[in-house]
Amino acid sequence: MTVEEEFTLPSRIESVDVAASRADDFAKKAGLGDDFISSIDLAVRESVANAIKHGNKFDESKVVEIGLSGSDKEFVMTVRDYGSGFAVDEIPDPTNPENLLKASGRGILFMNAFMDEVEWNTPDGGGTMVRMVKRQQN
Amino acid sequence: MADITISERQAGDVTILDLQGKVTIGEGSVALRGAIRRLLGEGKTKLLLNLGGVGYIDSSGIGELVSSFTAVNKEGGTLKLLNLTQKIQDLLAITKLLTVFDVYEDEATALASFS
Repeated sequence: MTVEEEFTLPSRIESVDVAASRADDFAKKAGLGDDFISSIDLAVRESVANAIKHGNKFDESKVVEIGLSGSDKEFVMTVRDYGSGFAVDEIPDPTNPENLLKASGRGILFMNAFMDEVEWNTPDGGGTMVRMVKRQQN
Repeated sequence: MADITISERQAGDVTILDLQGKVTIGEGSVALRGAIRRLLGEGKTKLLLNLGGVGYIDSSGIGELVSSFTAVNKEGGTLKLLNLTQKIQDLLAITKLLTVFDVYEDEATALASFS
Protein backbone atom coordinates (compact mmCIF):
# COMPACT_ATOMS: atom_id res chain seq x y z
CA MET A 1 0.00 0.00 0.00
CA THR A 2 1.34 3.43 -0.95
CA VAL A 3 0.67 6.41 1.25
CA GLU A 4 1.04 10.02 0.21
CA GLU A 5 1.17 13.38 1.93
CA GLU A 6 1.78 16.97 0.91
CA PHE A 7 2.38 20.01 3.06
CA THR A 8 4.05 23.41 3.01
CA LEU A 9 6.44 24.94 5.47
CA PRO A 10 7.59 28.51 6.03
CA SER A 11 11.10 29.46 5.07
CA ARG A 12 12.50 29.41 8.60
CA ILE A 13 15.30 27.30 10.07
CA GLU A 14 12.81 25.70 12.45
CA SER A 15 11.08 24.13 9.45
CA VAL A 16 14.00 21.72 8.99
CA ASP A 17 13.17 19.92 12.24
CA VAL A 18 9.47 19.97 11.40
CA ALA A 19 10.11 18.43 7.99
CA ALA A 20 12.35 15.74 9.46
CA SER A 21 9.79 14.89 12.12
CA ARG A 22 6.96 14.65 9.59
CA ALA A 23 9.06 12.56 7.21
CA ASP A 24 9.94 10.27 10.11
CA ASP A 25 6.26 9.84 11.08
CA PHE A 26 5.30 9.35 7.43
CA ALA A 27 7.94 6.67 6.87
CA LYS A 28 6.74 4.77 9.96
CA LYS A 29 3.16 4.99 8.71
CA ALA A 30 4.32 3.63 5.35
CA GLY A 31 5.83 0.62 7.09
CA LEU A 32 9.52 1.53 6.92
CA GLY A 33 11.80 0.58 9.81
CA ASP A 34 13.94 2.60 12.18
CA ASP A 35 17.25 1.89 10.41
CA PHE A 36 15.78 3.02 7.09
CA ILE A 37 14.34 6.16 8.65
CA SER A 38 17.66 6.94 10.29
CA SER A 39 19.40 6.57 6.93
CA ILE A 40 17.16 9.11 5.17
CA ASP A 41 17.01 11.68 7.95
CA LEU A 42 20.07 13.70 6.92
CA ALA A 43 19.04 13.86 3.25
CA VAL A 44 15.58 15.06 4.30
CA ARG A 45 17.09 17.80 6.46
CA GLU A 46 19.68 18.88 3.90
CA SER A 47 17.11 19.14 1.09
CA VAL A 48 14.77 21.29 3.17
CA ALA A 49 17.62 23.42 4.55
CA ASN A 50 18.81 24.04 0.98
CA ALA A 51 15.33 25.08 -0.12
CA ILE A 52 15.01 27.49 2.79
CA LYS A 53 18.53 28.92 2.80
CA HIS A 54 19.67 28.83 -0.84
CA GLY A 55 16.34 28.65 -2.67
CA ASN A 56 13.99 30.92 -0.79
CA LYS A 57 16.80 32.77 1.03
CA PHE A 58 14.78 32.78 4.27
CA ASP A 59 12.13 34.91 2.55
CA GLU A 60 9.03 34.11 4.57
CA SER A 61 6.82 35.23 1.72
CA LYS A 62 7.98 32.05 -0.04
CA VAL A 63 7.03 28.60 1.16
CA VAL A 64 8.71 25.23 0.79
CA GLU A 65 6.41 22.60 -0.66
CA ILE A 66 7.03 19.03 0.40
CA GLY A 67 5.59 15.86 -1.09
CA LEU A 68 5.96 12.43 0.46
CA SER A 69 5.06 9.11 -1.11
CA GLY A 70 5.97 5.70 0.16
CA SER A 71 5.35 2.11 0.97
CA ASP A 72 7.20 -0.52 2.93
CA LYS A 73 9.52 -0.80 -0.09
CA GLU A 74 10.49 2.80 -0.82
CA PHE A 75 10.36 6.43 0.26
CA VAL A 76 9.98 9.29 -2.21
CA MET A 77 10.27 12.94 -1.25
CA THR A 78 9.97 16.10 -3.32
CA VAL A 79 11.06 19.49 -2.05
CA ARG A 80 10.17 22.59 -4.01
CA ASP A 81 11.30 26.15 -3.39
CA TYR A 82 10.42 29.40 -5.14
CA GLY A 83 13.90 30.80 -5.53
CA SER A 84 15.74 31.86 -8.64
CA GLY A 85 16.97 28.37 -9.41
CA PHE A 86 20.48 27.03 -9.83
CA ALA A 87 22.57 24.74 -12.01
CA VAL A 88 23.38 21.69 -9.91
CA ASP A 89 26.23 20.80 -12.28
CA GLU A 90 27.94 24.06 -11.38
CA ILE A 91 28.08 23.30 -7.66
CA PRO A 92 31.76 22.71 -6.81
CA ASP A 93 32.69 19.22 -5.67
CA PRO A 94 33.33 19.64 -1.92
CA THR A 95 35.64 16.58 -1.91
CA ASN A 96 37.98 18.20 -4.43
CA PRO A 97 41.16 19.07 -2.48
CA GLU A 98 40.84 22.75 -3.41
CA ASN A 99 37.37 22.85 -1.80
CA LEU A 100 37.98 20.77 1.33
CA LEU A 101 38.39 23.78 3.61
CA LYS A 102 35.33 25.62 2.36
CA ALA A 103 32.75 26.22 5.05
CA SER A 104 29.75 25.24 2.94
CA GLY A 105 28.68 23.19 -0.05
CA ARG A 106 28.25 19.69 1.36
CA GLY A 107 24.46 19.41 1.52
CA ILE A 108 23.97 17.94 -1.94
CA LEU A 109 26.87 15.54 -1.35
CA PHE A 110 24.99 14.14 1.66
CA MET A 111 21.72 13.94 -0.28
CA ASN A 112 23.45 11.91 -3.00
CA ALA A 113 25.23 9.75 -0.43
CA PHE A 114 22.12 8.71 1.49
CA MET A 115 19.50 8.47 -1.25
CA ASP A 116 19.35 6.06 -4.19
CA GLU A 117 18.15 8.73 -6.61
CA VAL A 118 18.33 12.52 -6.54
CA GLU A 119 16.88 14.46 -9.47
CA TRP A 120 16.63 18.19 -9.95
CA ASN A 121 14.26 20.11 -12.18
CA THR A 122 12.72 23.52 -12.69
CA PRO A 123 8.97 23.29 -12.23
CA ASP A 124 6.40 25.52 -13.91
CA GLY A 125 6.25 28.71 -11.92
CA GLY A 126 9.99 28.77 -11.28
CA GLY A 127 12.13 27.76 -8.37
CA THR A 128 13.72 24.37 -7.96
CA MET A 129 12.33 20.95 -7.20
CA VAL A 130 14.39 18.04 -6.01
CA ARG A 131 13.01 14.51 -6.03
CA MET A 132 14.74 11.90 -3.86
CA VAL A 133 14.10 8.17 -3.70
CA LYS A 134 15.36 5.61 -1.22
CA ARG A 135 14.53 1.94 -1.63
CA GLN A 136 14.41 -0.72 1.02
CA GLN A 137 17.34 -3.13 0.65
CA ASN A 138 16.30 -6.78 0.68
CA MET B 1 15.92 23.97 25.33
CA ALA B 2 19.23 24.82 23.58
CA ASP B 3 20.28 22.63 20.67
CA ILE B 4 23.77 22.37 22.08
CA THR B 5 25.64 22.83 25.33
CA ILE B 6 29.35 23.49 25.29
CA SER B 7 31.39 23.12 28.45
CA GLU B 8 35.02 23.94 28.70
CA ARG B 9 37.92 22.55 30.74
CA GLN B 10 41.63 22.96 30.70
CA ALA B 11 44.32 20.26 30.51
CA GLY B 12 47.59 22.10 30.70
CA ASP B 13 47.68 24.48 27.76
CA VAL B 14 45.01 22.52 25.86
CA THR B 15 41.40 23.66 26.08
CA ILE B 16 38.89 20.84 25.82
CA LEU B 17 35.39 21.68 24.66
CA ASP B 18 32.83 19.02 25.57
CA LEU B 19 29.89 19.32 23.18
CA GLN B 20 26.47 17.87 23.97
CA GLY B 21 23.54 17.98 21.58
CA LYS B 22 23.18 18.89 17.92
CA VAL B 23 25.56 20.85 15.75
CA THR B 24 23.19 21.82 12.93
CA ILE B 25 22.05 24.79 10.87
CA GLY B 26 21.04 27.54 13.26
CA GLU B 27 21.67 27.58 16.99
CA GLY B 28 24.11 24.67 17.24
CA SER B 29 26.49 25.91 14.57
CA VAL B 30 26.32 29.49 15.83
CA ALA B 31 27.11 28.41 19.38
CA LEU B 32 30.20 26.49 18.30
CA ARG B 33 31.38 29.42 16.20
CA GLY B 34 30.97 31.77 19.15
CA ALA B 35 32.85 29.49 21.53
CA ILE B 36 35.82 29.09 19.18
CA ARG B 37 36.02 32.80 18.43
CA ARG B 38 35.91 33.62 22.17
CA LEU B 39 38.67 31.16 22.97
CA LEU B 40 40.87 32.52 20.20
CA GLY B 41 40.24 36.01 21.56
CA GLU B 42 41.51 34.76 24.93
CA GLY B 43 44.68 33.50 23.30
CA LYS B 44 43.75 29.83 23.63
CA THR B 45 44.94 28.17 20.47
CA LYS B 46 45.28 24.50 21.39
CA LEU B 47 41.74 23.20 21.16
CA LEU B 48 40.35 19.69 21.48
CA LEU B 49 36.69 19.24 20.52
CA ASN B 50 35.11 16.30 22.31
CA LEU B 51 32.22 15.26 20.04
CA GLY B 52 31.23 12.21 22.07
CA GLY B 53 28.01 13.89 23.14
CA VAL B 54 27.04 15.13 19.67
CA GLY B 55 24.06 13.06 18.66
CA TYR B 56 23.51 14.83 15.37
CA ILE B 57 25.45 16.95 12.90
CA ASP B 58 24.51 18.21 9.44
CA SER B 59 26.42 19.87 6.62
CA SER B 60 26.26 23.22 8.42
CA GLY B 61 27.76 21.63 11.50
CA ILE B 62 30.50 20.00 9.45
CA GLY B 63 31.09 23.39 7.83
CA GLU B 64 31.42 24.96 11.26
CA LEU B 65 34.04 22.36 12.24
CA VAL B 66 35.96 23.28 9.09
CA SER B 67 35.63 27.02 9.76
CA SER B 68 36.84 26.49 13.30
CA PHE B 69 39.80 24.47 12.06
CA THR B 70 40.88 27.17 9.62
CA ALA B 71 40.30 29.98 12.14
CA VAL B 72 42.49 28.24 14.73
CA ASN B 73 45.19 27.44 12.15
CA LYS B 74 45.20 31.06 11.07
CA GLU B 75 46.14 32.01 14.65
CA GLY B 76 49.00 29.51 14.58
CA GLY B 77 47.06 27.06 16.72
CA THR B 78 45.77 23.51 16.46
CA LEU B 79 42.27 22.08 16.61
CA LYS B 80 41.72 18.34 16.94
CA LEU B 81 38.69 16.07 17.35
CA LEU B 82 37.95 13.47 20.00
CA ASN B 83 35.37 10.68 20.44
CA LEU B 84 33.64 10.79 17.08
CA THR B 85 30.49 8.70 16.88
CA GLN B 86 30.35 6.26 13.99
CA LYS B 87 27.85 8.53 12.24
CA ILE B 88 30.14 11.55 12.40
CA GLN B 89 33.11 9.45 11.30
CA ASP B 90 31.08 8.31 8.30
CA LEU B 91 30.21 11.91 7.39
CA LEU B 92 33.84 13.00 7.68
CA ALA B 93 34.81 10.05 5.46
CA ILE B 94 32.19 10.97 2.83
CA THR B 95 33.43 14.57 2.80
CA LYS B 96 37.11 13.43 2.73
CA LEU B 97 37.63 15.52 5.87
CA LEU B 98 39.26 12.61 7.69
CA THR B 99 42.31 13.63 5.66
CA VAL B 100 42.14 17.09 7.23
CA PHE B 101 41.34 16.56 10.89
CA ASP B 102 43.41 14.74 13.49
CA VAL B 103 40.91 12.43 15.19
CA TYR B 104 41.37 10.57 18.46
CA GLU B 105 39.46 7.91 20.37
CA ASP B 106 40.91 8.60 23.81
CA GLU B 107 41.62 11.83 25.56
CA ALA B 108 45.09 10.99 26.90
CA THR B 109 46.44 10.21 23.45
CA ALA B 110 44.79 13.32 22.04
CA LEU B 111 46.32 15.55 24.71
CA ALA B 112 49.77 14.01 24.25
CA SER B 113 49.61 14.79 20.53
CA PHE B 114 49.59 18.53 21.24
CA SER B 115 53.08 18.39 22.74
